Amino acid sequence: MKRAAAWSILLLGGIYFILPLAGMVEFSLSMKRGVYSLEAYRVVLADPQFRQTFTYSVVMSLLTILFGVLLVVPTAFWVRLKMPWARPYVEFLTLMPLVIPAIVTVFGYIRLYNTSSWLPLTGTLMGSNFLLLMGYAMLSLPYMYRAVDTGLRTIDVATLTEAAQSLGAGWTTILARIILPNVLVAVLSGAFVTFAIVMGEFTMAALLNRPAFGPYLQLMGANKAYEPFALSTIAFAITWACMGLIQLVTRFSKHTKAAQG
Amino acid sequence: MSFLTIEHLEKSFGPNRVVKDFNLTIEKGEFISLLGPSGCGKTTVLRMVAGFETPTSGAIHIDGKDVVRLRPNQRSIGMVFQAYALFPNLTVAQNVGFGLKVNGTARQEIQSRVEEMLSLIGLPDLGARYPFQLSGGQQQRVALARALAPRPQVLLLDEPLSALDAKIRVSLREEIRAIQQKLGITTIFVTHDQEEALSISDRIVVMHQGIADQVGTPFEIYNNPATRFVAGFVGTLNLMEAKVIDAEKGVTTIGGAPVILGRPLPKGKATLAARPETIRLGRAPGKDTVLAGKITGVNFLGSVIRLRADVGGQVIDFDTFNAPGVPPPTPGTEVELSLSARDLLVIPE
Ligand SMILES: Nc1ncnc2c1ncn2[C@@H]1O[C@H](COP(=O)(O)OP(=O)(O)OP(=O)(O)O)[C@@H](O)[C@H]1O
Ligand SMILES: [Mg+2]
Repeated sequence: MKRAAAWSILLLGGIYFILPLAGMVEFSLSMKRGVYSLEAYRVVLADPQFRQTFTYSVVMSLLTILFGVLLVVPTAFWVRLKMPWARPYVEFLTLMPLVIPAIVTVFGYIRLYNTSSWLPLTGTLMGSNFLLLMGYAMLSLPYMYRAVDTGLRTIDVATLTEAAQSLGAGWTTILARIILPNVLVAVLSGAFVTFAIVMGEFTMAALLNRPAFGPYLQLMGANKAYEPFALSTIAFAITWACMGLIQLVTRFSKHTKAAQG
Repeated sequence: MSFLTIEHLEKSFGPNRVVKDFNLTIEKGEFISLLGPSGCGKTTVLRMVAGFETPTSGAIHIDGKDVVRLRPNQRSIGMVFQAYALFPNLTVAQNVGFGLKVNGTARQEIQSRVEEMLSLIGLPDLGARYPFQLSGGQQQRVALARALAPRPQVLLLDEPLSALDAKIRVSLREEIRAIQQKLGITTIFVTHDQEEALSISDRIVVMHQGIADQVGTPFEIYNNPATRFVAGFVGTLNLMEAKVIDAEKGVTTIGGAPVILGRPLPKGKATLAARPETIRLGRAPGKDTVLAGKITGVNFLGSVIRLRADVGGQVIDFDTFNAPGVPPPTPGTEVELSLSARDLLVIPE
């Protein structure tokens, strides 16, 4: 009886998630009347703007991930090692982006760094790109920090650090050869969320006037019928591919069992 | 000049003085144990030698060089931790070679040194395994090999055997001692297990509330404890209150029976002590002092039977060997105990 109830709830949940997805995919295949075809996908992929914005956002998300890892891993490591009392505060700080809307942040940026300010970042393309990168990094901070901090919890950071120090290792070696490899799976899950956030982000990219994938999606959605659905399907496929990759990485990292012990 | 000297070492955490005026000199190749109860500051002393804690005051010299200001990675020290602390993401061979890789040793040299170390610890075939694929005892041996591979000047071990089960603890401590002697490496070994310290050390430092109560060979520590604490902490000891009859000639009574020490004693009352193994059941040849008592407890330990007797209101534990034909006395039996007055320790107040 209990079993049946559990299964029907699962089934209901499944339908709830899958039905809209199925609808989306079905519609994206229906550009040609009467037959299923990949016409919408062909049109989308042939659009030079698609390729430009997509590439731009992929590059930006990779840079954001790189920056995030370089910022978050040493920070979380240091807080755990030397300032455990500060952990709640740092955690609170990293949660701020969830409370402060992106639009507030980006207006702040524009006000602080406009062409007549002391640091006119918005005046140049590179400056705007840099600002956008910082904005993305901030948006991903809550997920990145939590993922890394959870990863650090599974190893004895203090003792491993001391062991490495007694063997002559400096901070860079410790971070690169001991800490990072042991939290790699956690870092990857944070990276995946970051990737998803950056690929879909609209507000910051639009207001800083950068050619990102988010504003392009919005533009297509407002003007076309079938193409947005093809785009959404593509975006969704990317997300799932990322998740699959994380599973693979977890499976093949031989030492994760030890890291948990 | 000794190889490692620690002078007037002090450490406070806030208002809490954890190590107090600690002095120790260690010769090259010596095996020193820091022995003491939990919280007495053993780990803190060791961590100051390693460089993980900064002394509040005092000096540490290794091979004539002041190391207090050096960072841990500049001290040429090998450290073994209670929790093994192997790097989970590296194989056994990579763990052992880590220190060599960090100091820029050539690849072939690392490989041959790793092989040498792995056969030294008796695990020549496990280089490709990951730490989680090893037993606790194997992991700790790998940790030892990892600490020794870069040829440190000093080896520090902080209760390396505490996490292992009893049998492995005994065999591994002998192995550690054998390796230490083979390499001739200066070693400080922290433990709260007195049997461990007695069995493998050249000298033992007995610590108590941040102070080094006594430094000496296991024989000295066991047979001539310098303080009441050392007497009580190392081994089992019967403390007996004796009434001093003649302080100069060393004549006393214990439980009414006369005991003549022939050594000067404090006036009035003295605390005497005897190891259980120095007391015999019945009148044994060569024992000059006889006490009368009543058996109150019998503890069969196998080859040895530990008996407890009440002698004039004082509790005395003593040992007798198991003999298949002779059952031990039962509680309530009136017995005589014999001992040599010169085996009695006079415990300073
Ligand atoms: N980082 C620290 N901050 C504050 N107090 C500390 C710190 N490290 C140690 N202490 C205190 O110093 C005292 C000695 O600690 P230490 O770890 O040296 O003892 P120990 O002899 O190694 O004991 P155990 O056998 O339990 O390991 C303890 O009272 C402990 O609470
Ligand atoms: Mg300790």
